[in-house]
Amino acid sequence: MNDSQSGNFDRRGLLKAGAAAGLAGLVATPKPTWAVSETPIKIGMVDPITSTFAPLGHSEIKGAKFAEAEINKAGGIMSRPLQLLVEDGAGNPGTSLDKAARLVSRDKIDFLMGTVNSASSLALSQFADKHNLLFIATGGHVDSLTGTNCRWNTFRTCSTTWMLTSGDFETLFKKFGKSWYFITTDYAFGHAEQADYTTQLKKAGGTVAGGALAPVGTTDFSSYLIDVKAKKPKVLCLLLVGDDQVNCMKQIAQFGIDKEIAVGGALFELEQARALPEAARYGWWTMEWYWNQPNTPHVAAFVKAYAAQYNGEYPSARSWFGYASTYAIKLAVERAQSTDTMKVVKAMEGLVLPPEVALQPNAPAYRAADHQLLLSMFPGHVIQTGKYPNLFDVSAIVPGAQLALPPAAAGCKMTYPA
Amino acid sequence: MGLVLLFNAFNGLIQGAFYALMALGLALILGLNNTINFAQGAFMALAAYFAFTIVPYVGFWGALIIAPLLAGAIGLVVEVALVRRLYSRKDPIYSLLLTFGLAFIIQDLIRTIWGAQGVPLAIPGFLDHPLSNTYFFLTGYRLFVVAVALIGTAALFAVLRFTRIGIRIRAGNSDLETISALGVNIYLLRSANFVIGIIFAGVAGILAAGQLGLNPNMGDTLIMPAFVAIVVGGVGSLVGSLLGGLIIGLASGITTAFFPAASEVVIYVIMGIMLVVRPRGLMGQEGLFE
Amino acid sequence: MSTDLSSPRTASTKSPGKFTMSRRGLGNLILAAVLLAVPFWLPLVGGYTDLASRVLIYALAAMGLNLLLGYTGGLSFGHAAYFGLGAYGVGLMLKYETHSTLLALLAGTLLGGLAAALLGPIVVRRRGIYFSMITIAIGQMFYFIAVRWNSLTGGEDGLTGFSRQPIHLPGVTLAMGSVDFYYFVLLCFGICATLLWIILNAPLGHTFVAIRENHKRLTFLGIKTRRYIAISFAISGIVAAMAGGLDALLDNFTSPNLLNYTLSGDFLIIAVLGGMRNFYGPLVGAVVFIMMRDYVSSITDNWMSVIGLVFVVSVIFFPMGILGFFNRKSSS
Repeated sequence: MNDSQSGNFDRRGLLKAGAAAGLAGLVATPKPTWAVSETPIKIGMVDPITSTFAPLGHSEIKGAKFAEAEINKAGGIMSRPLQLLVEDGAGNPGTSLDKAARLVSRDKIDFLMGTVNSASSLALSQFADKHNLLFIATGGHVDSLTGTNCRWNTFRTCSTTWMLTSGDFETLFKKFGKSWYFITTDYAFGHAEQADYTTQLKKAGGTVAGGALAPVGTTDFSSYLIDVKAKKPKVLCLLLVGDDQVNCMKQIAQFGIDKEIAVGGALFELEQARALPEAARYGWWTMEWYWNQPNTPHVAAFVKAYAAQYNGEYPSARSWFGYASTYAIKLAVERAQSTDTMKVVKAMEGLVLPPEVALQPNAPAYRAADHQLLLSMFPGHVIQTGKYPNLFDVSAIVPGAQLALPPAAAGCKMTYPA
Repeated sequence: MGLVLLFNAFNGLIQGAFYALMALGLALILGLNNTINFAQGAFMALAAYFAFTIVPYVGFWGALIIAPLLAGAIGLVVEVALVRRLYSRKDPIYSLLLTFGLAFIIQDLIRTIWGAQGVPLAIPGFLDHPLSNTYFFLTGYRLFVVAVALIGTAALFAVLRFTRIGIRIRAGNSDLETISALGVNIYLLRSANFVIGIIFAGVAGILAAGQLGLNPNMGDTLIMPAFVAIVVGGVGSLVGSLLGGLIIGLASGITTAFFPAASEVVIYVIMGIMLVVRPRGLMGQEGLFE
Repeated sequence: MSTDLSSPRTASTKSPGKFTMSRRGLGNLILAAVLLAVPFWLPLVGGYTDLASRVLIYALAAMGLNLLLGYTGGLSFGHAAYFGLGAYGVGLMLKYETHSTLLALLAGTLLGGLAAALLGPIVVRRRGIYFSMITIAIGQMFYFIAVRWNSLTGGEDGLTGFSRQPIHLPGVTLAMGSVDFYYFVLLCFGICATLLWIILNAPLGHTFVAIRENHKRLTFLGIKTRRYIAISFAISGIVAAMAGGLDALLDNFTSPNLLNYTLSGDFLIIAVLGGMRNFYGPLVGAVVFIMMRDYVSSITDNWMSVIGLVFVVSVIFFPMGILGFFNRKSSS
């Protein structure tokens, strides 16, 4: 029940903690010391603190704050302190734009990052372009952001929907069978996922037993499940987002369908797993990052420090997005030896995240042609009887470069301002 | 297809029973307190979170009784401190904006106290299974929800018909001034009515949480169908609200079988047709609240 | 729907002809000067031009709503629908049909206005609380259509891929940067405000007020009140739609949030907070509400509670809004 404690991210609480730490720092180790004249390098972060997207937003903010503290402790960026300014975009593109405008004109930020949902990501990408600002989308998955709508100033740390679907197809197909049924979110994200799975399924000789498009925000899936039962597929593939997926999984468990049909799908998040009752924890999914990687260097130390910082809360993929994006800016600025937008953009193209930031094998890099980070995917299955944070068993870590579409196929034609 | 359609119709009725339960509390408050209670969804969430907190101590059944009462107590405070001040203002905008603001505050408090992260509400294990393999969508819990909706509605009608307070509430609905002149303390009556409405919201909230889990925003999506149920059923008629809930549940269940994308829009279309054909709704009384 | 607040004294405050022309003219001049100079003084006090545009857009929408709410006595909780339709109209036009910002704005305004004109006659069949509930429900219907019809609207992701284009006038070209756009919004605001002012001072406007004050008596007099309320509904919908169109141009983006009832609630509180019996009430309300929300939400995570408190306090203690409060003080 102390979920409530750790789940609640309180900015002022953090400030107090920060102040206390700062005070302790002053007494114990007087490092780091900035020259008074050093102006901080400012990163503006717009992420949902309220609204349904809040749990994911909180994780991203915590990850970014954690990186900020680490960076400053280690001497900042080019001997300048890093300052992270967080604003609540509430998952609403209009609010996110207002906040971004505020960060730009009042706080004079150097870089912009954030957003959990695709709508806000697309809006901020365009906004940042207009304001000649580098923008890192931390968590909006829509393909077009690094595809048909790709922009010179926009990078993305989380995966594309395409990468999500290709992560676990093999496992599901080989383990459970050829006849598949899809329950898919009825918008671009879901359609793209289903099209991709279907292509892979047909290529491997499987069949589509049926499919249903469920509107975003569906709370009652029983009518779809009635059809699933009638069609008797081997695999039930759920391509749903956020709460919808949680609701659907609960109802599948209540109807006992998971006992007869293998259930799996694309994206799964630690935050979602936490919201599921034990009976509804099942299935094969893909995570975009997972804290339990015994064979990857630096991960254990990061997880331990993170959990210590946030009252035992473990980092999720979202936390890592915030963490890695913040570090990516630091690395690119140092590589460019400048905070000039175009120079940093050029430095970030092809930037390989070093192991202590990547926290995964396969050396992920921001691809130059479309600015997509080629992060690894973590297919696996949910541990039904697991206790938080031990809720997922990773079966393989698949390199992102194997999964992502080539930039040309994704539809990205990068143009730079003159 | 025939069987699937039948299943969906059944399923829609189950959903409709739930809408009806929500609509009743809303309709009650709309009637005597003359207030469109926008905070109804927030009170649902609040009761559900109370239940979440006390389940470890009193179990699911205890929580199902105690948590709505706790929410009702908060409702009483809100009515006495705030809503009551607005009865003398005949323009409905004030009570509407007041409850709209209250919904913001309650939602924010929930997020601050319990956190933004969604959590599950454990329900008794024996309810969590389908009753038969053929009719697998009839889980114990869903039938339980229907049963609670029916019992709650029956209890409400019994209270309104056979108890003194109930008769006064009904009388107040049709003519508040007269019963006030007859010496009934209408302040007390309205407080009691508001609290009963919130208790209904609380029960609905806990039942919803058992199926969908908890998050601070859970009330937002649940309140709109209840509004539509009231409009379709006819403002001022509790039986109408009940019927309205069942009708829109059924309609959206059947639509889901053919055209899932329209399953939400269809209830508004029904409302639109009703407004053109029979503006006062199924059971609405002419001239009430105008 | 007559209200107990419309005692003779307050009734005279809201009637648009209270001040002598010269005093009002002076007030308008000062207001115009302040608004014209925004891009020069706002950055000095820590604001930014886009925020000022947002304030004016919300003020315009709330002013349109207030024709129905404050002057005709119709409580619509669904004006976000017409605002949102205006926005989608502009977005779709710019994306698929035209490169003319003006033409797109005209199309968006017509789309939202047409919807309001067609739905008005249905909505006005009921009055009071029922009227409000129907407007909410109609608004939500448009919201769900925008969310579901994603091949056209982009669904939950919103509509992207359009941006406001420079406006070519004879002799000059407006590049439509932040400052240009602010003046464009201000021009639209000025035109709409003037038209609303003219309507309110014409017989039509007097009929609106009479309906608010005593609906029954007008009905007995044989006046088709429903028709007049429907006219008020349509005009206020057109103004809201234009504001929505401007909002789409400001962000170069629209999303279903613009159709949601939460936004309708924002418009209402803006009107009430500023003073719904005052012509400039919505403008004052928008300045206070938008600025405060912008400020509060960046200093505390609990900004929703603060905004909620604003609703509660203004409803309980300032039912006549900020302008109504000061007017009463100055007249007592």
